[in-house]
Parts: sequence; structure tokens; C-alpha cells
Amino acid sequence: MSERLDKRQGEWIDRSRSIHFQFEGDDYTGFHGDTISSALWANGVHILGRSFKYHRPRGIFGFDDIDCNAMMESGSTTNIRADLTLIEEGMSVKAVNTLGSLKKDRLRFLDYFSAFTPVGFYYKAFHTPKRLFPFYENQIRKIAGLGKIDAQTPMKTVIKDYGFCDILIIGAGPAGLSAAIEAAASGANIIIIDQTPHPGGTLSYRYKNKGPAIDLLNQLLEKVKACNNIKLQLSTLASGYYADHWVCLTNKERMTKLRAQSVIVASGCYEQPAVFHNNDLPGIMLASGALRLINHYAVKPFQHVVILAANADGYRCALDFHEVGIHVVALVDLRREGEQSELDKQVKGLGITVYRGHFIYEAIAGKMKASVQGVVLRNLDTDIPVNKESEIKLNCDGIAMSVGWTPADGILRQGSTRMEYDTRLEQFLPIECVKGIFAAGRVNGVYALKDQLEDGCCAGAEATALIGLTKPGNNKRPPKEESPQSHPYPISDHPRGKNFIDLDEDVQVKDIVNSVKEGFDSAELLKRYSTLGMGPSQGKHANLLALRILAHLRGETMRGKQITTARPFTSPISMGHLAGRIFTPLRRTALHHRHKALNAKFMYAGDWLRPEYYMTDGLSRNQCIETEVQNVRNRIGIVDQGTLGKIEINGPDVVTLLEKVYTGRFAKLKIGMTRYGLMCDESGVIIDDGVISRLADDRYYISTTSSGSAAVYQTLQRLVIEWGLEVILVNTTSTYCAMNLAGPHARKVLQPLTDVNLDPDAFPYLGIREGIVANVPARLSRVGFVGELGYEIHLPADGAITAWDAIMTAGQTHGICPFGVEAQRMLRLEKGHIIVSQDTDGLTLPFEAGMKWAVKMDKPFFIGQRSLKIIENKQRERILVGFIFPKNYLSPKPKECNLVVKNGEIKGRITSVGFSPTMGQLIGLAYTAPEDSDVGSTLSIKLDDGSLVEAKVVKIPFYDPKNLRQKING
Amino acid sequence: MPYRLLRFALNKKYAEPPMFTEPSKLKKSYDVVIIGGGGHGLAAAYYLARDHGITNVAVIEKNYIGSGGTGRNTAIVRSNYLTAEGVNFYDKSVKLFLDLSTEFNLNLFYSERGHFTLAHTDSALRTMRWRAEVNKHMGVESVLVDRAFIKEIIPEIDLDCRHNMPVMGALYHPPGAIARHDAVAWGYGRGANMRGVEIHQNTTVTGIEVKNNKVVGVKTNKGLIQTNRILSAVAGYTPSITKMVGLRTPIVIHPLQACVTEPMKPWLNAIVVSASFHLYISQSSRGELVMGASLDPYELHSTRSTLDFAEGLSGHTLELFPFLSECKILRQWAGLSDMTPDFSPIMGKTCVEGFYIDAGWGTWGFKATPASGKTMAFTVANDQNHEIIQPFNLSRFEQYELVGEKGAASVGH
Repeated sequence: MSERLDKRQGEWIDRSRSIHFQFEGDDYTGFHGDTISSALWANGVHILGRSFKYHRPRGIFGFDDIDCNAMMESGSTTNIRADLTLIEEGMSVKAVNTLGSLKKDRLRFLDYFSAFTPVGFYYKAFHTPKRLFPFYENQIRKIAGLGKIDAQTPMKTVIKDYGFCDILIIGAGPAGLSAAIEAAASGANIIIIDQTPHPGGTLSYRYKNKGPAIDLLNQLLEKVKACNNIKLQLSTLASGYYADHWVCLTNKERMTKLRAQSVIVASGCYEQPAVFHNNDLPGIMLASGALRLINHYAVKPFQHVVILAANADGYRCALDFHEVGIHVVALVDLRREGEQSELDKQVKGLGITVYRGHFIYEAIAGKMKASVQGVVLRNLDTDIPVNKESEIKLNCDGIAMSVGWTPADGILRQGSTRMEYDTRLEQFLPIECVKGIFAAGRVNGVYALKDQLEDGCCAGAEATALIGLTKPGNNKRPPKEESPQSHPYPISDHPRGKNFIDLDEDVQVKDIVNSVKEGFDSAELLKRYSTLGMGPSQGKHANLLALRILAHLRGETMRGKQITTARPFTSPISMGHLAGRIFTPLRRTALHHRHKALNAKFMYAGDWLRPEYYMTDGLSRNQCIETEVQNVRNRIGIVDQGTLGKIEINGPDVVTLLEKVYTGRFAKLKIGMTRYGLMCDESGVIIDDGVISRLADDRYYISTTSSGSAAVYQTLQRLVIEWGLEVILVNTTSTYCAMNLAGPHARKVLQPLTDVNLDPDAFPYLGIREGIVANVPARLSRVGFVGELGYEIHLPADGAITAWDAIMTAGQTHGICPFGVEAQRMLRLEKGHIIVSQDTDGLTLPFEAGMKWAVKMDKPFFIGQRSLKIIENKQRERILVGFIFPKNYLSPKPKECNLVVKNGEIKGRITSVGFSPTMGQLIGLAYTAPEDSDVGSTLSIKLDDGSLVEAKVVKIPFYDPKNLRQKING
Repeated sequence: MPYRLLRFALNKKYAEPPMFTEPSKLKKSYDVVIIGGGGHGLAAAYYLARDHGITNVAVIEKNYIGSGGTGRNTAIVRSNYLTAEGVNFYDKSVKLFLDLSTEFNLNLFYSERGHFTLAHTDSALRTMRWRAEVNKHMGVESVLVDRAFIKEIIPEIDLDCRHNMPVMGALYHPPGAIARHDAVAWGYGRGANMRGVEIHQNTTVTGIEVKNNKVVGVKTNKGLIQTNRILSAVAGYTPSITKMVGLRTPIVIHPLQACVTEPMKPWLNAIVVSASFHLYISQSSRGELVMGASLDPYELHSTRSTLDFAEGLSGHTLELFPFLSECKILRQWAGLSDMTPDFSPIMGKTCVEGFYIDAGWGTWGFKATPASGKTMAFTVANDQNHEIIQPFNLSRFEQYELVGEKGAASVGH
């Protein structure tokens, strides 16, 4: 059965292009431009979905993204809004949340059991006996939820971009378009958006009978087109408003983050439903939804309609319906005085009966509640009739509701606009917008078309004046509508209930009444208890009604009432939109590809990829690492240290800065020398360490830990400003590469490649020199992290490969091998050097970690000094010690973070442990109680499986205690 | 069909009595005034009345009950903390949670889902092992698991994270649970109310009267109350209350944001947390994915939402669950986190006599609700810190006795 009307002027479908699609396994045809809902309705399909709780049949209701009666899934995509989604060739969809099929949904029995499921029923049951709860929860979870998710769906993300404009106008209806035209004259750069695929707002479907609506729209569009500085973006939603006019715009293909100087909200109103028994049957619609079906898609919503009205719009609808051949059975006016304008006569002139002061008591459902068969009317004044005869029963297959509006104020509210209930207009109105936001048109309470145009004009002028493109004029906003456009209480009670407030969540009048009885008597508590407004349409058709009932129950007026807080998004947007192409930072050092060629096994260290070790065929991970360790000890190794934080610090106050942030002394550090630096926070806890090098009087170069580099740089920047120091910081972490050449042959390999004299007298331990390495300018420093003769080479990243290659070539005859992070960890462990964040934690003090030597308590000041002075005199709670296992001990191997226990109490933990190839035994660092920290004490270590093993506390360093190796004349 | 629902169906009159009575005016004086009608304040009121027989109590709430952190968190309950003190305390909370539904005769939908904290780096793995070891030692079920184990429980997860920071393992905490957070406040509220506690919503505290270092009264926008004992349980608003009695705390306020998706059929049972990705995610009984991220990096006393948050969170969610790309975010919101330097709460007596503090709940307040209520009630009733909250005393900051929980706070801080 086709319900398609003859061509409508300005319709949104292209009748020359048929589109074939499937719904619930059946084939249908629609036109290009149809939404899934309009195409189905045109095909005579009126059940588009099932309700959330009771599984009642549902059809088109608001047709304006204010309800989710028609939610579909396609297998790969779920929760598709059929009212808004255009049909595509070959598309196949079905309704969400049905068991079996939509028509024969096996859960439809739930509608008959609603007495068992009062508001909040799941709070009242299923928790006893306790052991049954998981079963009940499982069942409830299965029944709840909407569409199904398919874990095989490939990821689909969209492009994200940034936008800028002088004025963003939200809504391309009469007010928005006229605002754009007015503002364009100033030369402002304007973007006007609308959620629908065609412009015009109400002009595109209303006022058809009142005059040249489409003509007016075309005139406005002509003017818009003539302005090069107006960009009209359709099918685009303003999803969220954030601070400082940062607006998230989304359409099918992209998400734009737009910064506007000013925002004009001309988003119109959402029509609001009336509440009566069975007000959710397919065929019952908001009048505006019916008009959109007729005028946008040329689809007849119903054949015989009863209109429920409380404003002039309802009468205009009657005229429009009549014009397209719909039989208007009656117009029921909630107002006792009826319509006072000419419209009343016009409607009656068509032979339509008008019932003033009546309301719909119930809609009579057809078979399986799949349709409307008629209505029962009652007189407002007699309300409950003495006998059934005073009821009026009318036959119809549709009901159109025109009882009121609420502003589409999502963006306004997110933008902290003060909205207040206007008791004259019976709706919320924007009272005070933040600077730069303007409301215009119906969202601003201006209803007459002429006034809307003028209101838009004024908003446009105000916006251009605000941003300084025009002088503030003295244009005066048109008056707000005088007569109420909304009924203050379009709600009728019914003993059988099923008079729905929130169609998403199947919340009925009695649910609100009972929630309030149970004490949830504020808008926010009511929402949380009854789930009203928590569904996918976020209460767009429900919040105002609920507030009216709440006020009514509390015997209060609507004055001063507020709906629940509006939050993004105005309409849900996909994670694919928000994620965009997912740019995850990943950092590779300048030598990455060399490591790759050398068969490195990479590991993540923060955002960095670092060689964990280099894989060799036939060798296990541990064997590879041990080989790398031994090679450094016996010959020569090279490790990439490009991830170290590297900061140049220059300026007259540089010494002051270093003295204050590091615990050591740096004022007297000689030029050309380096010194270890330890950094604490205010509470004395170790937060970073590194090497401080002095290049000139006022020039220092510092390194930080890899993980701490960003934080240290930020902290230093902050302190320079806070302390008012004359210091320039340059973060060269990425611009410099660093590598450490270590092992007894280091000097022999490096000397031929550099102009720096490596002779120990000219370049002593802890010295730093500048020169070239393989013709690349470089800084060489002699540091001893791994405990061998070694040179740390820092050079510009673009020269890193040249230097690396030269060193590798020169080192070949000496047996050079690269080593990774793991080998370095073992090498330094053998030397007893700590790694900040591995051997320290969020509370570690220098005294505990054996770092007292690096802390100069007698300095005038350093960060953490005050705390350390206090703590210094307190009892230590733990000490970091070195421990060993006997040489013959092999397994079970203790792991880092296994606990040190004593008498069942936790005394500390292992922070580093491993098999030392050099020592030939398991060695490690661990925290333990001070009384157990003496050399020779025994540590009791609790392994993964709970068993206890013993280790012996020894002196650190484990290897080369006199530090001779790093000073050898290799 | 449970009997109780049958009663509803058969009863002509609505069978449910009100959960809370609307109190008339504020009385002149109360034995105890609790500032803050969130989960913590109401729980303390409940246990004061139930366990200590102190019922002349007023809970003063400036908004509606549960309007702060209680209704804004992501409803996760767990006890896999890092320090012995922390594990001890949160374990008590988990144990209390288990029986609350029965105790309240109100189904809190306390649902044990199992809690995974994913480790994407070897340093994260180390911290996980530390936590696992401490937990095991303290008798809390917690174990370090490998990729295969995770994949078996959550087959939908992409452990390779689209080749960005593959998951190496996880800390698995089987008792990890989610609950209907608002209902926790309601349950405590009802229980307290039934026992005579008054709950005054929409009532703002404007000042506290202190004489000779003793509290003597509370000033509100609805009048003055005399009392000798005040419990401040206002989380993000703590600095404004402590200022009234001249106390300093090291608390700083950061916003913490969260969001939910549209409901979908159940597929995710476990609770998944990734510190590296600043993400936690679980699926509510209604079918929504409830997601949160780390703290906003700046101090701010505002519950505004940011787009940044939704973008970053979505990106990371898709790295673990790429098939969710067309799944839509319904609503985002923010709450206030009262952060302490050591990521542990501040609880107990203070140097102002009669002023008890329950604060510093940062991102870990909801799961502590029962234990905090119980121990604070004890503390207020006996004017003596409950044993297990002793380590969380405000004075620890002066005495350098911090309880470092940074490594176990939900996600990367």
C-alpha cells in the first residue's frame, strides 16, 4: 500500500531515483532522499520498533530526533536512528531489541506484566537470595540494552578538522537565515548549519496554507547564495558547545572543531507531546512530525485523524491535513475558550468538528496495539463522566498532537545560558546568554514568522557589533510571543496507565507519581530513580512533561523550576567521529632503523620505542642479554640513549636555578666538567636524576631520565617564571641524539673518529668536551652509568646515523656490539646504580635509596630541603640494600616487586633483580627494614607462589667497588 | 518472579513507603551535624544511628542527595591497592558492599565482574606485580595474568591495540565490581532516615562557629544549628568547609570526567582499566558503556565538560575495542576530585575539637563509601580515630607519614 502523495512543492525526495532496501528481511522501495522511517511509512509499514521496557509497537512519533521509537541495526552498525538516516541502495536493517522478529517479538508479553515492574522495580527485587542475583542480573542485562554489537565490525573513523569563523549560526530556518543575511553585510565570515539535509526549518514544512512559505525560503536562500562570506552546511549537527565558543560540528563524513567569535542559536523548538492512555500507538504523532512527513517526503501519515490542539498551530495543521486529502475527524482543543483567531472559522468551514475544552482520555488500540482505531474524549469540566455515554468516541487511524513546544536549547544550556520558565508563554526562555551567544527565533520565544525574521536580523546585527565589525545599532528585538503556545498541563491520568511521558524509557505518569511518593521529588532525583530522560533522546520530549507533573504533585507552579543539567552531546555522536584517525604519539630515536636492521627487539618506554635487546638466532632472550653485558665488560658496546631528556640551560641565573632544583652543588662545577644531579619534590621524594654539565660560565647542559624529560622541562619552565630568573631553557630531547660507547676498548675505537683528545689527562673522568665525531659536531662526556670506560656522545639527530655507522665500523675489529635496555639495566645493577621510578617509588627519600651523598643539606635552599631536614631526624622506615643469592641458587627466580617480609609483615620489595653474568649469581636491590639492612643480614623474600626464599645483604656496588674500571687506560 | 514484585502487582494501593521523609524545619541543635549528603555523609549517618545509637543527627546537603561524586563516578568497587593500609581499608569496604543490598533491602546491583588493569609497558607490569604481591599478602584476590588469560575472558579485546603499545599482561582482581551508585546513597539515606536522622537537602552551610578551638555550631542559609560534633564529608568542596574552621589541608581540586554510550546488548562483563591509555570502561546493567579517563591536568573548581576528553577517550577505547567506532557517546559529565599528595584520603579527628574530616577522596571515593561511613561513624561517636583509618589522619602531612597510593590510583596520574 503506497501512502505517497502527489509531488509537494519543495519536497526532499528525488522521485527519479528509486532505492531498494530491506527491513526485517522484507524488500521495500523508497526514493532517494527518504529516511528509513519515511520510506517505510510510505510503504504502509507503521511498526518501526519496539519500546524499551514493555516492547510495545512503536512508529513515527516526533520525526525530529527527539525520540528513539525507530532504532535499527544493520549487523555491523547498531542503534541507527531511522527517522534521520537516509536509505541507501541495498541497505538491510532490522529493529533493535526484539526477540524473534519485530512483528512477533517474543518479549511483547512484557506489556501485560507491567504491573510487576513498577518504577525502580529492579531496586526492589532480585537481591535475595544473594546467590540468585547473578542469574537475575544476567537475565536483566539481556533484556535491557538496545542494539547488538558485532565485534567483527571493522573500525571506521572519520576526518577531523578545525574550523574558524566570525559567526556560527545554528539553524537554517527563518531566524537563522535572516541573521546570516544581516550579518553578512558587515563582511563577517559566517557559517550557518542545519541538522537536516535541506534548509528552511519551519519554512520547509509549515505555513504551506498561509502564503508563500517556499517562495520566502527561496528568496532568503537566493540572498544567502549571493553572499560569498556565508557558508551553508547542511546535514550538520552542533553536537556540543564548550568554553569560549568552541563548538563540535558533526556530519556523516567529518567532525569539525570550530572556534567562532560569536554564536547565534536559531535552533527552533521541539514539539512536545500530550499524555493520555496509549499515547504511544503507531499513528499517534506530533503534528510537526506529521507535517514533515507530508511536506518533506510526500507521505501521508494517516487517513483519518483526530487533532489534539492547544494552540493555533493545531488549527493550521487541520487546514494542511485537509488540503492533502486527510480526513480530519475532529479537532479537540484543550482550551475551554478554543481558538480566538480566524483559524477557528476556517477549520469549521471545512466541516471539521471542534471540541473545545476536551481532552483525549485514551486512544483505542487496534490489534496487537499496532495501530490506533479511535479515541475517547472527555470534557475537561466534567472530567470523569458518570456514565460512559458522556464520553465521546471517535474512529480514526491517527492522532496529531499540537499542544506545545520547548526550545531546542541544548547548545544554549551547554553554553551556560540562564533559562527560565515563562508562565505567560508556558515554556522556558533564554534570559541571559553568555557574551557572544545570541538566541533568535522560536528558541527565543518569538513565534510569528515576521518577528522571527526580525529577531534573526537583530541577532545578526548584535553579533557583528560584538565582534567589532559594525557599530552597535539601536535595533530593538521584536516582542516575544504574547499568547501561550503551550498547554500548561496536557496530561491526563488513566486507571490503566500506559500514558507515556518518556517513550525511550517507557516511563508512565504513575511512575512519576510513585517516584515522588518514594521521596524522589526533585527533577534530578526523579531522573535517576525513574530513568526518565536517561534514554538515547535524553528527555527531549519528556523532561518538560515530567517537570510539569512534579510541580503539580508538589502543588507548586512552574515558576523557578529547572530541568536537569544539559550536557553534551545534543544528539549522540560516534566514537569514530570523536577519535578521528587516532593520532597516537609514538617516538622513535634517530637510530631506530639501524636497530631494526640489527634485529633489535623493541620495547615501549613511555611513547618511545627502544631496543630491549638484539636478537640472535639460536640464543634465548636471557642469553642475548648476557652476551651483551659480557661484551661491554670485556670488549666494547654501544647503547642508544636518545630517549634521555636533554635540556640546554643558558643565562646569568642558571646557577641559581640549578642550585635550587637539584640537591647537589653546581656553583663551583668547573667548566668542562659534569656532575650527577638528583631532584626531589617539596616533600623530599626523589623525582628525577641526570647529569649536569657545565659548558661555560652561564651555559649548562643537563640530561634527565627518559620518562621524566617532559615533566622536568615543564617544572623548570614554571620555576624560572615563578622565581623571576633570567634563564633560557631549550628542550633538545628530540633534536639531539645520544649514545653511550662503553667498554675497555672505548678509547681506542673513538679516538680515530674525533678531534677531541681522549687522553685521560686531557679528558678526565666526568669531563665533557666539544668537538666532532665522524665529522658531526658532538659533545662527549665521560660518565659511568654502566661502570666501564665510556663516552656518552650527544650530537644532532640528523648526524646520528653517520656517527653510529662510523663507530660501528671502527669498532668492528675490537668486537663492538650494540646493547639494549635490558643489558644496560644489568650493567648498572652490577654497579648498584639506581633507576629513578624503578628503584624508587612515589615516596622514596634520598636517605632510603642510599643517595645521601648526592644531597647537600647545608646548601641555603633546594626543593625538598625543608622536608628532608625534618625527616632526617626521624626513624627510617626502609633502606634500599643490595642482596645476592648463593651462586648455586637458580630457581625459582625471584622477580621485581616480590615482597620482603618479616614475621608476616611487609618490610619492602625487590626493585631490581637479575642474573649477573659478571658475578655469576642472582643479584638485586630491595627495600627492607633498617634493622635488617646491615651487610650480612638475611632477607626473606616471598615469591609469586607464596613460598619464602632467603637472600643475603651485601655491600654495593656488586662489581668493581673501587670504580677502577671507568678510569682505566684502555 | 520474586515475591516482592508480585505484591506490587496484586496490591491496589502503591505498596512502597517513601524512602525519605521530608524533614520540617531545622531543629535548634543536633548531637551531630554531617555536612554533605553524598554516599559518605549518609553512610556515616546510617552507622551512627545503627551502630552507635546516635540518631539526633542532621545531614546538610546543599543540592540533592548524591549530587556530588556519588552520582558522578564510574561506579567501580575494588580493593587491589598498593599499600597495606590501603588494601586493608578498601577490602573492608568491598566486604561491606557485598551485604548492603540485603541489609538495605534495596538492590544496589552490586555486580562482581572482575577487574583488569592492563599493563602496556614493563614498568607498568612491575607496578602490577607489586600490587598483586601486596594484595595476595593481605589476603585480597589479585593476580598478574598474561595475554592469553585476558583474551579468554574478554575475547573482543584487541591486545595489540592496533600496534600501539600492545598489552603485555594485566593485574586481575576477580572481586572487582560495579554498582548502581546513586542507589548506594539512597540506601544509606533511607536506612539513616528510618532511624531518625534528618536529611536536609537544598541547605547550604555558610559558616562554622568555633569557640576555644571547639566547634559549637553550624550556620546555614536556613538558620543556625548548635552542635558539638561536625563531620565534613564534602569531597570536592572540602577547602571551603575547612576554611571555615581555619584548617589547612594539602587538597587540590581537579576535574575528572566520564561519559556513557547509548545502551547496547551485553558483551563486556569485565571492568577494563588501562593506565597507559588513561581509560576505564565497564558495561552497566542497562547496557551502556561507562567510561572514564584520568584527571584533567589542571586545577579547576568546575564541573564543565571538555571535548578533548571525549576525543582522547574515544581514540583509546577504539584502540582496545575497534569495533565500537560507530557506537555513540550519549552524555559526558565531570565531577570534582579532591586530590591529596599521596593519593590517600584524609580521615578522622582534626586539631579542632569536634570537627571530623572525611576528605581527599580524589578518584577513589565511591568504592570507599561503606568503610568510610563505618569508620567515621565510629570516630565521631567515640571521639577517637578508628584503627584502620589512623594512617589517613590529616596530621600525617606534617609528620611526613604519607601513604603512597599513587601507583594504584585508577589511571595514570
